[in-house]
Amino acid sequence: MTPDILAALQAAKEAKRPVALLTRLSDGQQRLWPDAEVPAPLAEAAAAALRDDAAGNVTLDGEAWFIHPHNPPLRLIVVGAVHIAQALVPMAQAVGFAVTVVDPRRAWATAERFPGITLIHEWTDDAVAALAPDSRTAVVTLTHDPKLDDPGLDVALKSDCFYIGALGSRRTHAKRVARLVEAGHGEAALARIHAPVGLNIAAVTAPEIALSILAEVVAARRGAALAQRAAPAAAA
Amino acid sequence: MSDSEDVLATAANWRAAGETVALATVVETWGSSPRPAGSRLAVSASGKLAGSVSGGCIEGAVADAAKQTMASGTPQLLDFGISDERAWEVGLACGGKLKVFVEKLA
Repeated sequence: MTPDILAALQAAKEAKRPVALLTRLSDGQQRLWPDAEVPAPLAEAAAAALRDDAAGNVTLDGEAWFIHPHNPPLRLIVVGAVHIAQALVPMAQAVGFAVTVVDPRRAWATAERFPGITLIHEWTDDAVAALAPDSRTAVVTLTHDPKLDDPGLDVALKSDCFYIGALGSRRTHAKRVARLVEAGHGEAALARIHAPVGLNIAAVTAPEIALSILAEVVAARRGAALAQRAAPAAAA
Repeated sequence: MSDSEDVLATAANWRAAGETVALATVVETWGSSPRPAGSRLAVSASGKLAGSVSGGCIEGAVADAAKQTMASGTPQLLDFGISDERAWEVGLACGGKLKVFVEKLA
């Protein structure tokens, strides 16, 4: 790998810009896509590798090329700077997520409770909307307070984020679903919400609940069957 | 940040500190293989290792190849598989097969 390619890869990472490293395996010659112009079959393979976040191999003119996607990190937006969030944030970072915590209650969302984490004190709908959740983003609401959680969920449901989870019991969630139906969300949209949040591992402590949430986020990301649930019924 | 990029950053730091460094990348896997394509192992001339290309089975053999590539500057494409005697020697017991590309960090 040349110093130029290494520097370009690191600059792309710094800028959170997706790039694919293309390596000709016979001699190690490399190109960075889309920075460099490459033949169409390589460009197509690079675009597909970035889209699917999966490395691939392409043969072009009898030469084997390795297509190595370098996507920016997956993002996790946590609504609610609560105790469980304090456990969830460092775990999610260890798994590779770029984490942002949203909570307008400044007493909760402090640098002391969340060292080194991006904290947003705007109202949750404005905050989540400004973060523009995309297909590489998970949104988890943990405040347990409808006036904070619901606006965040409303924005998340209108995005194509890959995971939405909401803390609260089945009963709490049934009421939440009823409110969101009133706000105009349909059944299919509401089925996207994982609630009660997290895999059922009988978690009790804050770190255990954080673990169950993170495990479910990973399962959703990787398409594991256990992340799929039946649609919840709205409360009468 | 994906783990393979962490390895790249570590390798870049070693290189910046004046070390000779080689980078090994899993480019293809078949069957049960613990690390997917794109997984990286960085090796320094002084023997430092970062990352992984397997569950630990072939790292030793890859590090040996990395030292050759550090000396020659020529990249190598290594094949490890159940039909490969070397794979048994180095203990790829999972029954998987994989190809590892080894290059020098210039």
